[in-house]
Amino acid sequence: MDDIAIQVDHVSKTFKLPHEKQTSIKGFLINKFRGGKRSYERQEVLQDISFEIKKGEFFGIVGRNGSGKSTLLKMLAGIYIPTEGNIRVNGKLTPFIELGVGFNPELTGRENVFLNGALLGFNRREMEAMYKDIVDFSEIERFMDQKLKNYSSGMQVRLAFSIAIKAQSEILLLDEVLAVGDAAFQRKCFDYFMDLKKNKQTVVLVTHDMSAVRQYCDRAVMIEKGKIVHEGYPEKVAQEYQKLFTDEMERLKNQERETRTAVADRWGEGGVYTKSATVKVSPSKILLTTTYIAEKDIDPPIYGFTVHGPDGTNILESNTLRLHQKTQKLVSGQQVELTWEIPNIFANGLYDVSVACCDQSATRFYDWLNEAASFKISKESATAGAVDPLVEIVSIKERSR
Amino acid sequence: MNRLKAIFSKQNRALLSELVRTDFKLRYQGSALGYAWSLLRPLLIFIILYVVFVRFLKLGNDVPHFPIYLLLGIVIWNFFVEMTMQSLGSIVGRGDLIRKIRIPRWIIVFSSSISALINLGLNLIVVAVFMVINHIDIYKTIALLPLILIEVYLFALGISLFMSAAYVKFRDLNYIWEVILQAGFYLTPILYPLSRITNLTLQKLIFLNPMAQAIQDARYSVVTHSTRTNYQVFNGGWHMLVPFGLVIVVLLGGLAYFKSQANSFAENI
Repeated sequence: MDDIAIQVDHVSKTFKLPHEKQTSIKGFLINKFRGGKRSYERQEVLQDISFEIKKGEFFGIVGRNGSGKSTLLKMLAGIYIPTEGNIRVNGKLTPFIELGVGFNPELTGRENVFLNGALLGFNRREMEAMYKDIVDFSEIERFMDQKLKNYSSGMQVRLAFSIAIKAQSEILLLDEVLAVGDAAFQRKCFDYFMDLKKNKQTVVLVTHDMSAVRQYCDRAVMIEKGKIVHEGYPEKVAQEYQKLFTDEMERLKNQERETRTAVADRWGEGGVYTKSATVKVSPSKILLTTTYIAEKDIDPPIYGFTVHGPDGTNILESNTLRLHQKTQKLVSGQQVELTWEIPNIFANGLYDVSVACCDQSATRFYDWLNEAASFKISKESATAGAVDPLVEIVSIKERSR
Repeated sequence: MNRLKAIFSKQNRALLSELVRTDFKLRYQGSALGYAWSLLRPLLIFIILYVVFVRFLKLGNDVPHFPIYLLLGIVIWNFFVEMTMQSLGSIVGRGDLIRKIRIPRWIIVFSSSISALINLGLNLIVVAVFMVINHIDIYKTIALLPLILIEVYLFALGISLFMSAAYVKFRDLNYIWEVILQAGFYLTPILYPLSRITNLTLQKLIFLNPMAQAIQDARYSVVTHSTRTNYQVFNGGWHMLVPFGLVIVVLLGGLAYFKSQANSFAENI
């Protein structure tokens, strides 16, 4: 038990949701009078969750919206009481789950620092001692005597974050705090996280940001529909989490495709018609085959394609001009089939391929077909990021000093 | 003993003082007279009641120093109203805190009760000033006043704890409580001297109410010995202990109910 910071032991949480919320005595009495029991809907938010967080561990909790991760965090913080099971906490824990709890817009920044500090358990003398540090970290010294309602939301978050991290406690709970502030402040926060990690501080981080999970966490769990579905290495959990979305997106895409009319998202002046585009995926390469039909006589055209990533970014594009590939004149009715080979360096996700055909000067587009084909990559991966080439370690030289 | 230590731990004291401070800072936010309203409000209400009941209706001619007698009653009753009304909505009003941070729930009710106590202190200063102006002789029994005020406070605290917890689930409680307070205001001998009620049984019934007993005792010990207290009404019989018993029952009941509900505030708000 000594090296364990938090032990979650078969914890379940059920919310009783009355079918009609009774917040009036009349409703309560009428119901009692009818002799009817109040009808509840039992919502099992978390079911039989067990895990341990060791001291000095940077522990991640990931999950989709509504998966129950915030309820879990609230129970860790002691705001909710588990319906079943036990949570044992060994050490002082930050008692809040959101930044700037209790901030009052009518008070000045300075007064809010003291109020927030008191909520975290510090008296005025202790806060006086920390005050300068807090203000320095937040970098908003000249606004401290203004009312909080005149702050921008970014400034409020800076102030809240600065107080929160100065409130030294043995176990830190952080919920979605990474997506705040401008780039410079974010970097500061990231540096701070790195420090925490270096100093072996126990941290529980609840986030959607898989890069943060990969970067900081020593271990992570993924919660889906109130249960732990994965536990272990952050890389593995992050991949599983992303797979969840890839699957989801594919389903949506398919739906979309079914509902879409026969006219695809295409443009161009005509002359060449893209008949088909297909993709074959193998572990090492991707074969893209496109078929065009000339509708009239055409001077040698340029054929090309673009691969878009899961979030719509342009990952890769190429064409016959770039590849110094000569093409032939087309006569009306002629069919052309092209096959491209692309090394499979793509990371896990769902990709779209657009194909196009234009004249040699690339000013006249005959046909451009968006999302002509798509493919999905799902594999064990040793890297993270947009691409996933084979990375090898050539050597490790561990010289003695 | 350890529990008491935990209740008044450094963290809790810091939080309590900061909540009370905030309450006070925000109370008269943006009003031109600010804190002066704490004194002005009871004073103005007193003037209205004084003009209507003493000047027009000629109540209390038989009571010496009736204006002070009236003022003291109003001040104590106002404290009771203010504390219970503020506490009633305190848990729900601080819902943002309760849902997002682990702090002892009772501190929230406690802090609003302290705000009311501070106001009571200010109002008592007004009473004291009037007493000096009117050249009232100070009785030795004035030493009893703090005890009487503690009794009123504990009574109000029990009610506050119960209602602040119940209000989380039953949101029409505040309207009900307003009506009860209005009824209580007339059932308690605040405006009228008790001697106006000639039926002894009725007097006894009125004195079962801790507020009536406390206000009359306060008047007796501070303003004039010629007012009736529950000791006189019950002739020293054991019935005179009923209001004190009620205070204890209400306090313990309020505490127990609050404790049983406190863990689920965060979910129910």
